[in-house]
Amino acid sequence: MDILTQQLINGLVLGSIYALVALGYTMVYGILELINFAHGEVTMFGAMICLAVIGAFAGSGADMHGAIIVLFGLLAAIAVCVGLGFVIERVAYRPLRRAPRLAALITAIGVSIVLQNLAMLIWGKQYISFPPLLPLVRYEFGGAVITNLQIFIMILSCLLMAGLLLLIKRTRLGRAMRATAQAQDIAGLMGINVNTIISLTFIIGAALAAIAGVMVSAYYGLAHYYMGFMLGLKAFTAAVLGGIGNIAGAMLGGLLLGVIESLGAGYIGTLTGGFLGSHYQDVFAFFVLILVLVIRPSGLLGERVVERA
Amino acid sequence: MSSLEARGLEVSYGGIRAVKGIDLTVRSGELVCLIGANGAGKTTTLKSLCGMLAPSHGEVLYEGVPIAGRPSYELVRRGISMVPEGRGIFGRLTLEENLRIGAYTRRDHAAIRADLERLYELFPRLAERRAQQAGTLSGGEQQMLAIGRALMSRPRLLLLDEPSMGLAPMLVQKIFETIRRIAEEGMTLLLVEQNARLALEVSHRGYVMESGNIVLADSAKALLKDPKVQHAYLGG
Repeated sequence: MDILTQQLINGLVLGSIYALVALGYTMVYGILELINFAHGEVTMFGAMICLAVIGAFAGSGADMHGAIIVLFGLLAAIAVCVGLGFVIERVAYRPLRRAPRLAALITAIGVSIVLQNLAMLIWGKQYISFPPLLPLVRYEFGGAVITNLQIFIMILSCLLMAGLLLLIKRTRLGRAMRATAQAQDIAGLMGINVNTIISLTFIIGAALAAIAGVMVSAYYGLAHYYMGFMLGLKAFTAAVLGGIGNIAGAMLGGLLLGVIESLGAGYIGTLTGGFLGSHYQDVFAFFVLILVLVIRPSGLLGERVVERA
Repeated sequence: MSSLEARGLEVSYGGIRAVKGIDLTVRSGELVCLIGANGAGKTTTLKSLCGMLAPSHGEVLYEGVPIAGRPSYELVRRGISMVPEGRGIFGRLTLEENLRIGAYTRRDHAAIRADLERLYELFPRLAERRAQQAGTLSGGEQQMLAIGRALMSRPRLLLLDEPSMGLAPMLVQKIFETIRRIAEEGMTLLLVEQNARLALEVSHRGYVMESGNIVLADSAKALLKDPKVQHAYLGG
């Protein structure tokens, strides 16, 4: 088996999931200059809701195709997360719009903890497994294996990202979002209801997070109330790597981070003569974060230096 | 008929009473200017009229309807458009995107297209640069763009905040020619300007503001001849 090809495939799959989550961080940052640390938890809720719906269908004994059940789970996850994203902004961030930035940042961490605990109360502390509803098909590809699920994750992510880019670059709503990100006062003078645009930004980010959450839990076959924490940090790293506030940057950063992590995990054993194993995978993401912050704080595609929390 | 009427308008800004109860009227089809020194409260007045700031006291009527405290995005829909101080161009949007966002409140796509073409005829310099990032335009081009963008919402009342600021004299002339032309086409305008002579030369009437109060109100011609105005604002 070709390790390089295999790790590249794995990295791209993981990276496209990171990218979807990173978009939520970067869009909110672009408009409010706020790091929405609760975003990882929204992703976790996406996974949990999907699994709850799947579980309910399985329990009802309904005779349905597995993919249809997962689709229902996904739609439910999107619906709930969209509501969650909307409520988080309305309740936690909007009252602090004119408060010092640090207040909003601490609130974001607070929301994140509240959501984690809420999930723990609802679904418990144990790992929840993703039932084998989707028949797994493996394909040989250049000495490596790629599954139908991996292909599906990559294609869906690409479509979502292309759709988002089109929305932002080509539509009236996208123009309004970019204008609001640049100057809220002036956007208001154009007739743009800035609050609506900010709500929509949270909603779009949350929908992408929900899809990413379902992807992660299907990919690893697991979900857990704490899963949003690490995923959120990785996606945040990806957003910073690409240049936070920059949409294309979040996509690039996500994919790159996924590949770096996978290659790192694949080769670290060989490189250290077996001293460090692939469970050091997570180290790479944060090593990358430190490197970016030291060498190029504005990220790969970023224009401004991030100097505020 | 009056387009805009403010009575006892008071605005506090950053804990300071910057506008201390002023009365101001702009009749339909009129070009009125508000002149005064730096810090007299002109910009604060204008910001409270377009919804960027909420007045603390007083009444503002636009076409007979009270609008004090209404948000700016709502006032645009009612027909008030503002060219903000410092132009407020969206630098990372293209020139044409800036104009299109000026028409954000409109859904008549064919008419928007036609208005764009008309603007490009009015400002050929803008037509050449329609796909350029607006942040790369010169100051004069940005001011033209800001005025064009404000017109894209098809306002009935246009507020202009210091359109001459930071521009070379030749460009200032050009901007004022444009303002005169817009007024001749029947637009109602309220112009805030530090360059008192130029402002009074194009206006029908003028108000003079000093530390938050209106101290003089008269026809522009009379103000140009007023010795106090000449002494304080026209360098005479």
